Amino acid sequence: MTDRLPGFSTLAVHAGAHPDPTTGARATPIYQTTSFVFNDADHAASLFGLQAFGNIYTRIGNPTQAVLEERVAALEGGTAALAVASGHAAQVVVFQQLLRPGDEIIAARKLYGGSINQFTHAFKSFGWNVMWADPDEIESFERAVTPHTKAIFIESIANPSGSITDIEAISAVARKAGVPLIVDNTLATPYLIRPIDHGADIVVHSLTKFLGGHGNSIGGIIVDAGTFDWSKDNKYPMLSEPRPEYHGIKLQETFGNFAFAIACRVLGLRDLGPAISPFNAFLILTGIETLPLRMQKHCENAKAVAEWLLAHPAVAAVNYAGLSGDKYNNLARKYAPKGAGAVFTFSLKGGYDAGVKLVSNLKLFSHLANVGDTRSLVIHPASTTHSQLDDAAKAKSGAGPDVVRLSVGIEDKDDLIADLEQALSA
Amino acid sequence: MNHDAYGDDYIREILHGVKSIAMVGASPVNVRPSYFAFKYLAQRGYDMIPVNPGHVGKSLLGKPFVASLLDIGRPVDMIDIFRSSSHIMPVVDEALKLMPLPKVIWMQLGARDDAAAAKAEAAGLKVVMNRCPKIEYGRLSSEISWMGVNSRTISAKRAPMPTRGMQLSLNRMSVGGGETGASDRAAKNKSDSA
Ligand SMILES: Cc1ncc(COP(=O)(O)O)c(C=O)c1O
Repeated sequence: MTDRLPGFSTLAVHAGAHPDPTTGARATPIYQTTSFVFNDADHAASLFGLQAFGNIYTRIGNPTQAVLEERVAALEGGTAALAVASGHAAQVVVFQQLLRPGDEIIAARKLYGGSINQFTHAFKSFGWNVMWADPDEIESFERAVTPHTKAIFIESIANPSGSITDIEAISAVARKAGVPLIVDNTLATPYLIRPIDHGADIVVHSLTKFLGGHGNSIGGIIVDAGTFDWSKDNKYPMLSEPRPEYHGIKLQETFGNFAFAIACRVLGLRDLGPAISPFNAFLILTGIETLPLRMQKHCENAKAVAEWLLAHPAVAAVNYAGLSGDKYNNLARKYAPKGAGAVFTFSLKGGYDAGVKLVSNLKLFSHLANVGDTRSLVIHPASTTHSQLDDAAKAKSGAGPDVVRLSVGIEDKDDLIADLEQALSA
Repeated sequence: MNHDAYGDDYIREILHGVKSIAMVGASPVNVRPSYFAFKYLAQRGYDMIPVNPGHVGKSLLGKPFVASLLDIGRPVDMIDIFRSSSHIMPVVDEALKLMPLPKVIWMQLGARDDAAAAKAEAAGLKVVMNRCPKIEYGRLSSEISWMGVNSRTISAKRAPMPTRGMQLSLNRMSVGGGETGASDRAAKNKSDSA
C-alpha cells in the first residue's frame, strides 16, 4: 500500500482495528479478561520491563481498549493515546505526569464546572495550584506565567457556554513559557476541531460525550501529540529522569515521541488505577464509527434550534458560535468550519424562574447532567453542574442564573423546535 | 531524501530487505534502549551483531561483542548506530570502509548528522535518522498498537498470529478420556442395532 492518507470517515471506521488474528472476527472483540498468559518467563519479564509490546493485565491495557486508543490517536493526528475510566480520570493522569507539589497550571476560566471543581479542590489537596485566565483575553494567560508553571489547560469549545477558544494564540503563550498546551476537545471532537493542528501538545476527552455519542458509557482518553520535548530542562522528571519503578529507564529516551502516552499508562494508569472496562471501550468504539455522520446532524440541528430561539420573543439572548452575529463566530469560522458543535446556552427574559419552568415543561428534551447524546438534553447549569461555583465564577464560566444549556441531539429538528415552542408557551 | 519525514514504504523496504544488523553502541545493561532494541530485533529473526569496544570478550544474548565494524569479518546489511549525533561521523566513515558496503545506515532516535547522511547516500547507501527500528517494526506490523500507539496503517486483512505463543498446538490436556459424548452415543447406538 502506498502512503495515501485515508480520510477522516475512513479512519473513524478502520483505524486501530483489523480482523482478529485468532478467529477472523471482523468487529473488534470485547476482550473481557483481567489478565493475559505469558509465553514463558522471559516474555513475562520483557513485558514487565517495558522491553516488549504486549498485554499483561487489564488495569494497564487491554486489546479492545488498544483499538479505541489507536482510533482516537489517528483521528486527532497524535502519536499515541491512553484510554481511561472517565474524562476526569484522564485529567488526573495527565497532571500526575507533569506536576509536583507546589507546581502550577494555568487554566481557562471557561471550563466544565466539574473540571473547575477538580482543579480547585482535589488538585489543591495534591499541592497542585491553579491560576485562572480568561480565554477571551490572551494576555491574561501571559500574566499568569510564573517559574512554577508546568502546563496550560483550555477547552476547544467551552462547556456550557459553547464559546470557541483561540487555540493558536494560547499555544504561542505556552511555547514561549516552555510548557505544554493541553486541550480538552470533548465538545468539538476531532471531527470539528483538531487541536494538534493548532499547536496543542496533549488532547484530552471525556469519551462519555460525542465520541461515544449514545449516552451509554463513561470513558476518557489522553492523546499525545508527540510535539513536546520533555527532556529540554529538568521540568518533567517523570519523562526525562531514570524511573526507579522500571529499574532506571528514561521514558522519553526510550519511547521518543509517544513517551507521554507511555508515561500516562505505566506510571499513571498503573499506579492510580482508573482503567476503562473493555465493554465500555467496545461501546465507545462502535459509537466513533458514526462520529462524522452524527456530528453533521448535531451541528445542523443545533444551528436550526439556535436560529429559531433567537427569533422567539421570550428569549433574551442565544450564545451559539455558529450564529453569524455571535461574538465567537469569527473564531468558529476559523477553528470549526464544519459546525460550531451542538452544546450552547441561551437565556430567557423571565430569568431564573422562566428557565426552571422551561426545563420542566419540555417533553422531548431530557433533563439531565450530560451532553453529547443522540438524544436532546437540557439543563439549568446554575442549579446543577455549576452549582458549586460562587455567583461570580458562575457568570465568568458562562453559567449565570438565567442561562439554560442545550445539547442538541440527532432527532428531527422540527420535533425539537415544536417541543421548545410548546414549553415556552405553556 | 527528505530526512524530516520518511514514507512508510521506505522504512518497510529497509526492514524487509536487511537480514543482518550491526548495532554500534549496543549495551548489555538491560534497561538501556539499545538492549531493548537488540533483543526485539533478534527475536524478529534479524542476525544481530553487538559492536562496543568496552564489552569485547562478553556477549549480548549469546552474540559476542566486537570492538568495531571492521572486526565483524563478514558482510552486514545494516549499521544501527546507538550513539549521540556528535559521534556519528566516525562510525559512518568506518562503515564506508567495509567490503562489501552495507546497504543501510540507521541512526537511533534522537541522533541526526546530515553531513554523515549525505556522505553515506553519496556512496549509494540508504539512510534513516532519528528513528528506532524496534518502534518502526512494531508500528508497521501494528504490534505496537497494543500500547495505544498510532501505527498510521489500516488493514481489512486478517493479520498473521502475532506471536509464537498464540499458535495452536497439539500440546493440550484432554478431559473426559478424550471421547466426546456424541461418539459414545454413536458407538452405543451401533451396538444396540447390531
Ligand atoms: C468538557 C468536559 N470535560 C470533561 C468532562 C468530564 O468527563 P467525565 O464525566 O467523563 O469524567 C466533562 C463532563 O461533563 C466535560 O463536559
